[in-house]
Amino acid sequence: MPQEMTELRDKYLRHDKKFPHVWCPGCGNGIVLGSLIRAVDTLGIEKDDLVLASGIGCSGRLPTYVDFNTLHTTHGRALTFATGIKLAKPTLTVMAVMGDGDATAIGGNHFIHAARRNLDLTAIIINNQIYGMTGGQHSPTTPYGCKATTSSYGHIEHAFSIADLAATAGAAYVARGTVYHTTMLDKLIVQAVQKPGFSVVEIMSNCHIQFGRRNEMPDPVTMMNWFKEHAVRPDQADNIAPDSLDDKFTIGVLADVEKPNYIEEYQHIRDRAKGDS
Amino acid sequence: MASNRKKKTVLLQGNEAIVEGALAAGCRFFAGYPITPASEINELMSAKLPGLGGTFIQMEDEIASLGAVIGASLAGVKSLTATSGPGFSLMQENLGYACIAEVPCVIVNVMRGGPSTGLPTSPAQGDVLQARWGTHGDHPIVVMAVSSVSDCFSVTVNAFNISEKYRVPVIILSDEVVAHTRETITLSTPETVEVVDRITPNVPPEWYLPYEDNSRGVPPMAAMGDGYRHHVTGLIHDAHGYPTQRPKEVEAFTRRQFRKITNGFYEIQQVKKFHMDDAEIAVIAYGAVSRSAHRAVVRAREQGIKAGLLQLITLFPFPKTAVVSALRQCNTVMIPEMNMGQISREIKRVNQEKTKIIKHNRIDGQFITPDEIYDKLLRE
Ligand SMILES: Cc1ncc(C[n+]2csc(CCOP(=O)(O)OP(=O)(O)O)c2C)c(N)n1
Ligand code: SF4
Repeated sequence: MPQEMTELRDKYLRHDKKFPHVWCPGCGNGIVLGSLIRAVDTLGIEKDDLVLASGIGCSGRLPTYVDFNTLHTTHGRALTFATGIKLAKPTLTVMAVMGDGDATAIGGNHFIHAARRNLDLTAIIINNQIYGMTGGQHSPTTPYGCKATTSSYGHIEHAFSIADLAATAGAAYVARGTVYHTTMLDKLIVQAVQKPGFSVVEIMSNCHIQFGRRNEMPDPVTMMNWFKEHAVRPDQADNIAPDSLDDKFTIGVLADVEKPNYIEEYQHIRDRAKGDS
Repeated sequence: MASNRKKKTVLLQGNEAIVEGALAAGCRFFAGYPITPASEINELMSAKLPGLGGTFIQMEDEIASLGAVIGASLAGVKSLTATSGPGFSLMQENLGYACIAEVPCVIVNVMRGGPSTGLPTSPAQGDVLQARWGTHGDHPIVVMAVSSVSDCFSVTVNAFNISEKYRVPVIILSDEVVAHTRETITLSTPETVEVVDRITPNVPPEWYLPYEDNSRGVPPMAAMGDGYRHHVTGLIHDAHGYPTQRPKEVEAFTRRQFRKITNGFYEIQQVKKFHMDDAEIAVIAYGAVSRSAHRAVVRAREQGIKAGLLQLITLFPFPKTAVVSALRQCNTVMIPEMNMGQISREIKRVNQEKTKIIKHNRIDGQFITPDEIYDKLLRE
């Protein structure tokens, strides 16, 4: 193991109890965890100053393993808890890790309103296109035609684009990465945390067990290759014929806008209220 | 200090007094979603908190409101939310989270007629057992009821104190009558209000076990960002806060939840007694109905009837000792409620069959009047 990796492992993973982890061998969640740790290390955030919240699902177990202030909330509600924490203690860096079902099905309402409100939070959404933990039922991002345990004849609903949803709802920063493009992923997470306001990193990730196996990608390598072949950088997108873009997805920074964030705005309200009284 | 500087007399409605009580108790965070008849609490909090350096936020629904309240409390800030039946139903999921993660917070439910949208502007007491058992799983809970504007202030302060001391969510049940009645009350100034804050760890961070048992059953609570990094989860957890399924740890965890409330029972059990010393017939009431019961008892006494009132402020943990002593003392106990008999069911459970129990239930969205109670007392 390269020395740098050992150092990061020793510095950020919890040693006191929580291994082995609950994930299947080869699950993309581990890659996301690695990327998140590298990003935090690059940013130089003190462990005491970082809160990592999650919802429920395989993705929801991620905070358990890292030595930050960690919070495993209820299904879909991570952003609501994160909102309370950030407002109560704005000096903390607050991140929320969610699954695709977590963030956009049961937590969809919280997600769009967090984006609209523009509170300084970083949402990391692990999009494995399926409900992993509960056994492979379809999620809001399961592609049309794909198989899931609740769409064994092929899925007849249409998938959300999480990144588009976030951008339309008003997030200040939106990016999409994959667990194959990890160098880029590290950078996207760094930028998202640095961005004042609500930022979202959607991460295409492999659940080869619950999604891949039912959709002709039964192992992590096949899924990695699929990500590699289907991910398009924004600068490449212009050169690809529109119809061959159909099953492709863009990666990189998809939105980055300047707008006042909630904490700044609320401070103005406090100043005014104090002036009034 | 001159005593007149410690108090001020004001005309307030119940909802406003809840806000005053919360602020006096040190609440500095409110998250909520508008609903009749609780909205005045949201509005007043939005006006008052920023000037005190606190935070108000209107969330997208009541699920989110309680989520934010729990988050703020985990970050060390005393937090409140307020709602009515439909919103209280939505809060049940995160209420369970506050129970299992032992996060102090206060939830006001200004009851209205239900189920569902029910009778939005009429009083009711239909949510008593929902407050007790609404969230799933075996858990203790603290539920308190307010009957007057002055109760709204003092019970809210108390609710915060209990929630901080025992690390539990506390539910305050108000109702449409109390919420909108205006009464003159004397407000204690902040310096004269007894305020309890959660106990924080005094060990070095590396020794801190966030869910370690102790004699009180209430582990010290570190705020996020205070250097005591730890894990908080809605899964049953061990002393470190990490998920566990080991039967011994699971049982110890759940038993400690009950034990801490049992240990504090006599402090948490709060009742008021009127003319109970020599009473032979007692009215046991809570919330706005106890106002009518009080009037009825006074009139009955004028007629020479030895009537008394036991007003329950704490509904859960059920104030068994106070109720049992009233049952032992009296031949007859009358229980007026604006539901089909939610507390009377609890009272019957502790009655040793010797005392006659009369129920009086109104479920038409109308308030129970003193006359109704008085007439029934006369008939006994
Ligand atoms: C209110 C509620 N409903 C349902 C569940 C059951 N549940 C647990 S995880 C999950 C879905 C997880 O899928 P996703 O969010 O995509 O995360 P993944 O497991 O794929 O990481 C569901 C439905 C729950 N825990 N809470
Ligand atoms: S079920 Fe899927 S998402 Fe869950 S751990 Fe296994 S591979 Fe990962």
